[in-house]
Amino acid sequence: MSAIPSFTRRTFVGGLVIAVALPACKQSPKSSGELKFFEPNAWLHIGTDNSITFLCDRAEMGQGVYTSLTMLVAEELGVSLDRIKVEFAPPGDEFINNLIGGQITGGSTSVRDGWEKLRKAGATARHLLVSAAADEWGVDARSCKVSNGVILSPQFKKLTFGEVAEAAAKLPVPRDVPLKPAAQFTMIGKPQRRKDTPSKVDGSAVFGIDVKLPGMLYAALAQPPALGGSVKTFNDEKARAMPGVVGVVLTSSGVAVAADSWWRALKARDALTIEWDAGPNGALTDAKIAQVLRKGAAGPGRVARNDGDAAAAIRNAARVVRADYELPLLAHATLEPQNCTADVRADGADIYVPTQVQQIAHATAAKASGLDPKVVKIHTTFLGGGFGRRLEVDFIPAAVEVSRALKKPVKLVWTREDDMTHDAYRPPAFDQATGAFDAKGNLIAWNLHLTGPSITARMFPSVTEKMVDPFAVEAAANYPYDVPNVHVDFQQQEIGIDVGYWRSVSHALNCFVAESFMDELAVATKKNSYEFRKALLQKHPRFLKVLDLVVKESRFGYPQRGYFHGLAVMEGYGTYMAQVAEIALATGPDAGKIKVRRVYCAADCGQQVNPDTVIAQIESSVIFGLSALMWGEINIQNGRVKQTNFDDYRVARMTDAPRIDSYVIESGEAPGGIGEPATALVAPAVCNAIYTATGRRIRSLPLSRHRLA
Amino acid sequence: MTKLNVNGNAVEVDVDPETPLLWVLRDTLGLTGTKFGCGMALCGACTVHLEGQPVRSCQIPVSSVGDKPVTTIEGLSKDRSHPVQKAWIEHDVPQCGYCQSGQIMSASALLEAKPRPSDADIDAAMAGNICRCGTYQRIRSAIRRAAEIKAGAA
Repeated sequence: MSAIPSFTRRTFVGGLVIAVALPACKQSPKSSGELKFFEPNAWLHIGTDNSITFLCDRAEMGQGVYTSLTMLVAEELGVSLDRIKVEFAPPGDEFINNLIGGQITGGSTSVRDGWEKLRKAGATARHLLVSAAADEWGVDARSCKVSNGVILSPQFKKLTFGEVAEAAAKLPVPRDVPLKPAAQFTMIGKPQRRKDTPSKVDGSAVFGIDVKLPGMLYAALAQPPALGGSVKTFNDEKARAMPGVVGVVLTSSGVAVAADSWWRALKARDALTIEWDAGPNGALTDAKIAQVLRKGAAGPGRVARNDGDAAAAIRNAARVVRADYELPLLAHATLEPQNCTADVRADGADIYVPTQVQQIAHATAAKASGLDPKVVKIHTTFLGGGFGRRLEVDFIPAAVEVSRALKKPVKLVWTREDDMTHDAYRPPAFDQATGAFDAKGNLIAWNLHLTGPSITARMFPSVTEKMVDPFAVEAAANYPYDVPNVHVDFQQQEIGIDVGYWRSVSHALNCFVAESFMDELAVATKKNSYEFRKALLQKHPRFLKVLDLVVKESRFGYPQRGYFHGLAVMEGYGTYMAQVAEIALATGPDAGKIKVRRVYCAADCGQQVNPDTVIAQIESSVIFGLSALMWGEINIQNGRVKQTNFDDYRVARMTDAPRIDSYVIESGEAPGGIGEPATALVAPAVCNAIYTATGRRIRSLPLSRHRLA
Repeated sequence: MTKLNVNGNAVEVDVDPETPLLWVLRDTLGLTGTKFGCGMALCGACTVHLEGQPVRSCQIPVSSVGDKPVTTIEGLSKDRSHPVQKAWIEHDVPQCGYCQSGQIMSASALLEAKPRPSDADIDAAMAGNICRCGTYQRIRSAIRRAAEIKAGAA
């Protein structure tokens, strides 16, 4: 899964324009020996050998696009999924994600972006193939049918796609081929087996770390221990003398050792003597970061939402409730450590990399190679987890530079410790919430003043030049409750280190605050947290449906003895969601801790493509959110990250995993994103349950910092 | 030269004796189904069978393996026909898939030892395998299903 933002209608790239014209229609069949290909658009290659290849222009990092995007094409093309071979698309403007403005996998956008254009790609190809067959038969194309890649004439003559591919390539490409109405879908909305599962149960799926090229060297990298540091001097005498070592290269990211095996490269790396310049963060600690945020919060931020006059309403209110919330830095910790394989030659380069950003990876690799970008090729592998980590390209230059220096293909692999200590971490937050009631106890004002560093200011500075960072305020600006005065602002306060997009991005930060504080307001007015929300959501039928459904299914408020419930709701990525967490207080040696026994999640993500993947993504997101809630924190000492591996950066294991019950509503609305939103609701739902259980309000995470009983 | 028995094949490798088995499998023998995740036996991505027992290959110097048979994901079956692989496919367990070789090796060893594992058995056997995609619920169901398949139920 993923993370980068659902750039909303208000943001750049000219708004939410689904590509209507299909790019890159090549008319002459491309030949490779006897075999020729019909390429009606950028995504489909249909061979005269009857092969069908779909170029998947999004990275597969677990979220299932390898299957779901293929389904969009297959539905309209009229073939079963197993007839289509999937390859990952190279970088190219034709593959730009129209919801983001670059070839980017993130923001739970893949299905939403592909929804129309990929179906259209399939429909156009089918139209041309059928037309070619009809021409050959001398019949009306409208009288022909397609059955799993075979075109049938009214007289029951048959031609395969391959047989008419060459003729189809000569026909003019129509602009507007009609798409099937939803009622005629035979594949979309019906559970399909994932196309990548077989290769993921026999070890044959190729991740970045598995790439092997002839004559390839393996490299390990020593990076500055302090974030933002650099190499002052180094001595590689001992390392160079070690067996198998081929070269030591000072790269833009640190000192790399290349050897004939990665293990040897690693041993030699550890034998380097390096004097580091700690850089600007040499004295940075997480306590200082917290201080900087609190101080930064004093200023007014950029406004993300302003309904009515919240300040005046609060001033004149009968009752005002305030609370401050804090969130720590978090690592992504993809299970596949960062890696890149580069083969830089005098005449070109091939880069094999698990990336969520093919175009940025391309530009980065081309720059590091010193070659003309035209001769640099990016090959995307399967990603061993993304979660936003692979929107960064920090692991690419060193691999390219080592290959360039040693004139050999090089696979550079980070250790887990390298990965944990050199991430672009989820931003910390210091957020101040205020709610105000009138004399009758009606909620009349809601104010959220958010403070934290901006990811977008670093990644896409042109966006934040003009407006508040949209990816700092996602689940704050979209505050759904019917309150007359709402004010949300974001005070950008940099902290000296890079922060990055992390699954569900600011939804997770904002939703923790907003939905915890909504619970505080319910408690303050002695209202049931479900009734309190429901009364303020009357204008949102999609919210009401998921809320009522999850309350009914979980028997919210009436758990079994010894268990406690908490509730949270959110809209994100066009998906409406409500969660109930069911927790128990631990006893014995774990006293003071909680166990999340069960999570109920109701979702309305509009039209589903692969329903089983929708459920899988809810389950996945809940576990991801749970890890962060329970134990996730990155601490900084002298500019260095303290956590190094899964012993001190704990993540959920089988023994921690709650039962997750997902309820997905068939609403018939446009598809919403599903790779991320459920991540954001776990923390508030569980913390609200903790309040029910203990009367303690949790306003900072992770829970491991708190003794709860 | 170090002699090994991997997936039923006798092989000889020319590597430093302290090299972890993981890297011999991956880089020397090209068996990249076994993954590197942490290098400290914390995540289970490198799990293989050594004499049928699940072990973390990142912690086993190749020199200590001797003639004990090593089985990797590539050797579990030739055609994804092992009950655990079948169940994994039926339940579409993998997401990113990176941890799944290790999960499958742990689960298959569990079923050898306990053909009808309880929830507690599953917890104990699988707690060493991290899945960042959070496929635990499906892993649990797929292990139960694999037990059925193994017992002969279709």
